Amino acid sequence: MSGWLRFAPIFLLVLIVAAMLWRLANPPDTTVHSQMIGKAVPQFVLAAAVPGVAGLSSAQLADGKPKLVHFFASWCVPCIGEAPVLDQLKKQGMAIEGIAIRDRPEELAQFLARYGNPFDRIGSDPESKTQLAFGSSGVPETFVVDGRGVIRLQHIGAIQPGEIPAITAAVEQAR
Amino acid sequence: MIAKPKHQRLVLVAIAFVAVLAAVLLAMWGLRDRAAYFYTPADVVAGKAQPDQSIRLGGMVERGSVHRLADGVTVRFVLTDGAAKVPVVFRGIVPDLFREGSGAIAEGSLEPDGTFDATNILAKHDERYMPPQMGNQAAEHQTAKTVDR
Amino acid sequence: MIAETGLAALWLAAALSLLQLVLGFAPGMLKSGSGPIRAVAVLQGVLTLFAFAMLLLVFATTDLSVSLVAENSHSAKPLLYKVAATWGNHEGSMLLWVTVLGVSGTALAIFSRRLEERTFIAALGAQGALALGFFIFLLFASNPFARLNPPAFEGRGLNPILQDPGLAFHPPTLYLGYVGLSVAFSLAVGALVTGKVDRDLARAMRPWVLGAWIFLTLGITAGSYWAYYDLGWGGWWFWDPVENASLMPWLAATALLHSLNVLAARDSLRAWTIMLAMIAFSMSMVGTFLVRSGVLTSVHAFAVDPKRGVFLLILLAFYVGAALLLFALRSGKLTEGPEFELLSRETALVGNNLFLTVILGVVFIGTLYPLFVEALTGAKLSVGAPYFNAVVGPIALALMALITIGPLLNWRRDSGDRLKRLIIPALLGLAAFLILLIGVPQQGLLAKLGFGFAVALFPASLLPLLGRKLRRTPLTTYAMVLAHFGVATAVAGMSISSLTTSETLIAAKPGEIVAVGPWSIRFDSIRPAAGPNWTALEATLYATRGGGIETLKPQARFYTDPPTETTQSAILTTLNGQLYTVVGQQVGDRWQLRLWWKPMVTLIWFGGALIAIGGALALIGRAWRGWRKGSVR
Repeated sequence: MSGWLRFAPIFLLVLIVAAMLWRLANPPDTTVHSQMIGKAVPQFVLAAAVPGVAGLSSAQLADGKPKLVHFFASWCVPCIGEAPVLDQLKKQGMAIEGIAIRDRPEELAQFLARYGNPFDRIGSDPESKTQLAFGSSGVPETFVVDGRGVIRLQHIGAIQPGEIPAITAAVEQAR
Repeated sequence: MIAKPKHQRLVLVAIAFVAVLAAVLLAMWGLRDRAAYFYTPADVVAGKAQPDQSIRLGGMVERGSVHRLADGVTVRFVLTDGAAKVPVVFRGIVPDLFREGSGAIAEGSLEPDGTFDATNILAKHDERYMPPQMGNQAAEHQTAKTVDR
Repeated sequence: MIAETGLAALWLAAALSLLQLVLGFAPGMLKSGSGPIRAVAVLQGVLTLFAFAMLLLVFATTDLSVSLVAENSHSAKPLLYKVAATWGNHEGSMLLWVTVLGVSGTALAIFSRRLEERTFIAALGAQGALALGFFIFLLFASNPFARLNPPAFEGRGLNPILQDPGLAFHPPTLYLGYVGLSVAFSLAVGALVTGKVDRDLARAMRPWVLGAWIFLTLGITAGSYWAYYDLGWGGWWFWDPVENASLMPWLAATALLHSLNVLAARDSLRAWTIMLAMIAFSMSMVGTFLVRSGVLTSVHAFAVDPKRGVFLLILLAFYVGAALLLFALRSGKLTEGPEFELLSRETALVGNNLFLTVILGVVFIGTLYPLFVEALTGAKLSVGAPYFNAVVGPIALALMALITIGPLLNWRRDSGDRLKRLIIPALLGLAAFLILLIGVPQQGLLAKLGFGFAVALFPASLLPLLGRKLRRTPLTTYAMVLAHFGVATAVAGMSISSLTTSETLIAAKPGEIVAVGPWSIRFDSIRPAAGPNWTALEATLYATRGGGIETLKPQARFYTDPPTETTQSAILTTLNGQLYTVVGQQVGDRWQLRLWWKPMVTLIWFGGALIAIGGALALIGRAWRGWRKGSVR
């Protein structure tokens, strides 16, 4: 058998392994990204989701101070893991607004009692209308909104402790 | 006619080579028109998808957009990604996880009038996210680990 | 305690596999005879089997202090599904994989008599090397015996779609096939090391390949039927990446089987046979990797984190790379066998190899193409039935033509006289095709051609028996006839059901009568029903087509743990087809019903079974012959 032909299968193997390694390092992105980045937040007025905490409206997002808008629910399990991270961000002085989707006051109250309440306000979005208007498609998701009410960043999934600096920087830039 | 051993070996090697080449060429021919690209509603509205081509369209099922037609088996709804919307029509039994506000992928083709004619609907498994680094394990299990840390 | 015993056994077995590797390849070891390495191989296999038995025990007793049991089982599950849960997850199925690998090595060590000593030792060493890598993966990245402290209150249940008798048999059967091919791989490596690729090697390898191939055939056939009745879509093959992962080793093994026949009979096609033996098990390993790494998304895939995927990829790259390197370096030393003419059985089998390899190639490319495209361009796409049917179909037809011709040819040189017997089958096939072409208006050229070829192959597969004394014909000839007849059966089933299936999709009120094909079906009622861990809404349908009335009860089922909805189809099997019924959602006062009449669809799986039985007959036939001659051939 001629020389190079005998080694050809090995070259093919190398190519295939390279492709697999690429894929393992970059898992398929099945998330739906918001097209609202750079645009003003949609208009909304949401009632209070939990007694004792005020509801949220879009006007309050344009008060000059950059904020985090956090979509969550009491039935959202990764949100439990994320709670310490939000607490940390709150301690750093960040303003965090919450929007609870498809939830009930009793369960939400229990969730906040057990895992902490880092939110200044929590709006109730029982049919995900506001969530969809933001271009969000799941929970947990966090948006960085600047002082004029323009969406600057979308973070899909729970914020990991290692991502706190990046989020902090994004909020700084949004001033 | 009996081929000499040396020639026969050459012929066999050539056939092996032909096999591989044939496979590659055949595959390339097959893949040209039969691979289904994935588009979002924004892509479709921007005209990136050709009508009559078999494609996949992914997005969120817009709240309030699901209408069942009188025959009971055809359903119309709108897939959106926040920026654009595409009307979809599907005749069949929708998967159990198909719900308004949930993610879905429709397989089918675009009609000239802009409606997406779906032949198959894949509903998204879970609307809760797991970061890819944490793998695909069920949300409950993984979160228990996170809290323990 | 049980779990710890199992884990200890695994560690011991891993150490033994290292010893096996050393004994197989260390210089000077080859001189000491095969006694020591045989003993090591046997012990290693036995220990691994013991470890697997421990895992079975832990699942059967629902020991919730073992993490794997807590994640995958539930005390309310019937015993069958508790046991099946052992391999219904990544770690357990990986242990099953390693167990079959070990036991195959044991069997090779015990039963191989005919093979040249040094090749045999090297082969056992290779088998040990394979086991070692997978043991390391198992022990360090996929420990099935990990404890959960404190123990869980209750298990988290198996995915209800997998709660099915089919699951109990599908993975073990497939693994016996996949991993059984490891012996062929090891034998090929051994033969390359010693340079002895000859008829003895072929005869030693053949029973292993046959055995593995039979299980793969059964596993794929059973898996197809399981998907058909369980997923509720009425389809029997989806070209899903995981299905392809089981098909690719089968294609390679089929080519290998036929190539081994040439090597055994005529001492020809040495390099091809060795290469095919390596490719077959490589495809098994690729399949294992694809299913577990998250690289390709599929309904079947186990969910595993990418780190394990990288580990498996490295193992795979190492084993396949080493084998290919060995081949590149040593194949030059293989002399070519005796010559043969253009019209001969050897040529037909070369053609067989060619076509099967092309099919393997296009399936492989189609399965990996989305990955490559996304890596290079970022575009996402999917490759499905339209591609696979278009490229595989025509080659499969060419292969069928070869199946009619090959068995009628002599080795080395054939005059072509016996080919005249093919005239009648060919005319029958042509007639069948033309009838369909004219009589069935809708599209489906491939299916019509398929039916034509199948009709020709039915009598053609019997032709090798023509003119022989039937009682003195070897069992292996009958085996070949049956297997080829099975191919015709399966293709006939595929073609007819694809061309003549009728479907009705309708929302009906209870009391209404719906038609599908020749059937008249009355939707009588819909009622709640319940099972051990599910509740359901069950529809009662009465179906008739002029004869008696049959009852069908499809369900929409809701499982509690984890909460899932599934459809349970109700299927009526008759002599000439199946009535397949599914109930969907409620629409006001009506219910969605989806009904299919699929003529002759059961021929598909019946054909698969015939192919597997043909393989079994060949195995028995050779063992019988060998036993009578006093040695295993």
